[in-house]
Amino acid sequence: MMSFWKRFSYNRGAVIGLVILTFVIVAAVLAPILFPQSPWKMVQRPFLPPFTQDGLLLGTDALGRDVLAGLAHGAYVSLLVGLVSTIVALAIGVPVGAAAGYFAGRIDDALMRFTEFFQTIPSFALAIVLLAIFQPSLTFVIIAISIVSWPPVARLVRGEVLSLRTREFVEAASLSGLGNLQIITRHILPNALPPIIVLASLMVAQAILLESSLSFLGLGDPNIMSWGYMIGAARTVIRTAWWLSFLPGMAILLTVLALNLIGEGLNDALNPRLTRKSE
Amino acid sequence: MLKTTKLTAAVLALALAGPLAAQEGAPKSGGTLNVVIQPEPPSLMLGLVQNGPTQMVGGDIYESLLRYDFNLKPEGQLAESWEISEDGKTYTFKLREGVVFHDGEPFTSEDVEFSMDKFLRESHSRMRTYMEHVESIETPDDHTVVFNLKQPFGPFIGIFEPGTAPMIPKHIYEGTDFANNEANNTPIGTGPFKFDKWEKGSFIHLVKNEDYYMEGKPYVDEVYYHVIPDAASRAVAYETGKVDVLPGGSVENFDVARIQAMDNTCITDKGWEYFGPLSWMWVNNDNKPLDDVKVRKAIMHAVDRQFAKDALWNGLGKIATGPLSSSTRFYDGDTPDISYDPEKAKALLEESSYDGETIRILGLPYGETWQRWAEAVKQNLSEIGMKTEIVPSDVAGWNQKVADRDYDLAFSYLYQYGDPALGVSRTYMGDNAAPGSPWNNVANYQNPETDRLFAEAALMASPEERKAAYKEIQDKIVEDVPNIWLLELGFPTIYRCDIKNPVNTAFGVNDGFRDVWIDR
Repeated sequence: MMSFWKRFSYNRGAVIGLVILTFVIVAAVLAPILFPQSPWKMVQRPFLPPFTQDGLLLGTDALGRDVLAGLAHGAYVSLLVGLVSTIVALAIGVPVGAAAGYFAGRIDDALMRFTEFFQTIPSFALAIVLLAIFQPSLTFVIIAISIVSWPPVARLVRGEVLSLRTREFVEAASLSGLGNLQIITRHILPNALPPIIVLASLMVAQAILLESSLSFLGLGDPNIMSWGYMIGAARTVIRTAWWLSFLPGMAILLTVLALNLIGEGLNDALNPRLTRKSE
Repeated sequence: MLKTTKLTAAVLALALAGPLAAQEGAPKSGGTLNVVIQPEPPSLMLGLVQNGPTQMVGGDIYESLLRYDFNLKPEGQLAESWEISEDGKTYTFKLREGVVFHDGEPFTSEDVEFSMDKFLRESHSRMRTYMEHVESIETPDDHTVVFNLKQPFGPFIGIFEPGTAPMIPKHIYEGTDFANNEANNTPIGTGPFKFDKWEKGSFIHLVKNEDYYMEGKPYVDEVYYHVIPDAASRAVAYETGKVDVLPGGSVENFDVARIQAMDNTCITDKGWEYFGPLSWMWVNNDNKPLDDVKVRKAIMHAVDRQFAKDALWNGLGKIATGPLSSSTRFYDGDTPDISYDPEKAKALLEESSYDGETIRILGLPYGETWQRWAEAVKQNLSEIGMKTEIVPSDVAGWNQKVADRDYDLAFSYLYQYGDPALGVSRTYMGDNAAPGSPWNNVANYQNPETDRLFAEAALMASPEERKAAYKEIQDKIVEDVPNIWLLELGFPTIYRCDIKNPVNTAFGVNDGFRDVWIDR
């Protein structure tokens, strides 16, 4: 464990990422305490610039809503969407990839053709289509993002499992009479975990970006304050009140950047073989 | 005794040139007028298509017998004078002489009869219902038309505008399949501008009608209508000088203040008096708990309309007082109080049968302003203790949900066409509530008494009697709050101040640029 932290903190970017992400998580958790009122509440006159009014640090939007409250509540939504949709995508992608890699042959062919079917459609376009069919609510946004983001997981897991299944320890497990399911879950997957964790951290970032893009296009849940919604609503006034798009944009940029930095740090920490020699 | 309204050509010219021209010298001829059109019209044949953009271009090409000033008072256009008989059943129009269509053929009473009786009766649904009141049309000579009505129909004098009763050339259309006539692509009318070219997706070009019957008019040589599909690009087109006139609704409301602040830029919210666009939220009177009048009243008092007007509509427009727009005939401002009063709303909701149900709000998918408005109303309602959710939708989905009555509250706005019998009764008549249309009595408001009054008031001969009947109707409907009336919408027309007279009738830019001149 110590060596893990040591290797992780060796990557300075990863530490910065972790600090930023912690800050975002704290903001999301504390949002209902710091801003007990609904972020939709119209509290002051519209288009108040930042730092001009006590109690309204970042000013107000087109309807006089508190921008800072919106950012805090939006952090919660972004993290929730990122985490849940990543977990759902892993729950689909890992079993599919593991089954394809372990059983190979026809099962592999069938599962991989099925995966490719999803991969050939641009993921963002597919998400838009899915949300146009369903009602855009938070649940369906998460489902749509999960559906478009599991194929890379399946691919990655398949590759890992393919390379592991011929190893001696797997053969040994097989010879000792363990069933396929137990071999996969007890022996193969734990060894395939490092790249999956790295991928998952990047998927959270990807999901946050996707959710923001969908909300920006007006395909998000209209009852939920999210960063993408804030930018989408502010884009028509970008020339008169640029900060209304800029602030949530920065929030998205920093969070996604933090997750990517952490992903890189995890990669260094979990795959010592790949660690760059120069560092 | 006959009631006569006569306007000589000289008086007309003077009245239309207006006080502006008197102050700023004689109109100058020449120049090009660049106007934004949004969205691109499906056709320019005004007899077949009557949506907004078609009316805007078609209003330059086609004309009707009359036009209407800001108070909806009729003025002569193709008719020189007109008389309404005492019993309200005979309308006699004397047509202007020497008027020719763009192809050189003279315009006569035959064309009027053909347009009203044949063409429009077949292809214009609104006109068809108006024409049901007409018994016969006579053309005693080339320049006289007489309409004999079955019964008095007060609104009849208000239908002679280009979007409702465009005059169509008989010699081109008689005996043909109107909808598929090739001439529809090169529309021919009597208007001040002639069709020249339509580059689909780019522009529509009209040129001056050299043979126009008014001396010296039109003043400008040509008009370009530019098709620019994106609201932000339309604003930029004005800023860079590509266009000089932004008709109402062509830029987002949030951009209006910025553009208004530019040099040489004028703004007017006039020119919508005939349409009287009134916005409201449909309330599904069939759904619990909205069938309870106290719940509806609570919502009415909870919605902060002054805020919406200031924050979303740049302070333009007026707060509605009931089912009629204040520019519509027989409007009565002295109706029961429906002003913003959250305390009263809370008290009403407390007494009502509301029991924590979630009320669905269906916003109008017409851009940012309407989305923000739905959010503001949601917040207003949550502050009096109502649970609400916004139902997202696109235009097709909105149409379907409203037509199927699958909503609780739904934003909308409708035109009133100057007279409650033309544009208001359709929203409240009990027998006009069948599901399937998003434009009829969508709320399913049922009140036999107002139904009876509406039916009677439409057919009364004297304006005084009609006024009294509509006063009673307005009082009763406001008392029942079948819908949540919001704002009389103010759609600002933005133009360069050196473009003179872009808006001088109750139809605004839709009425043709006959009197426009450019002071450069």
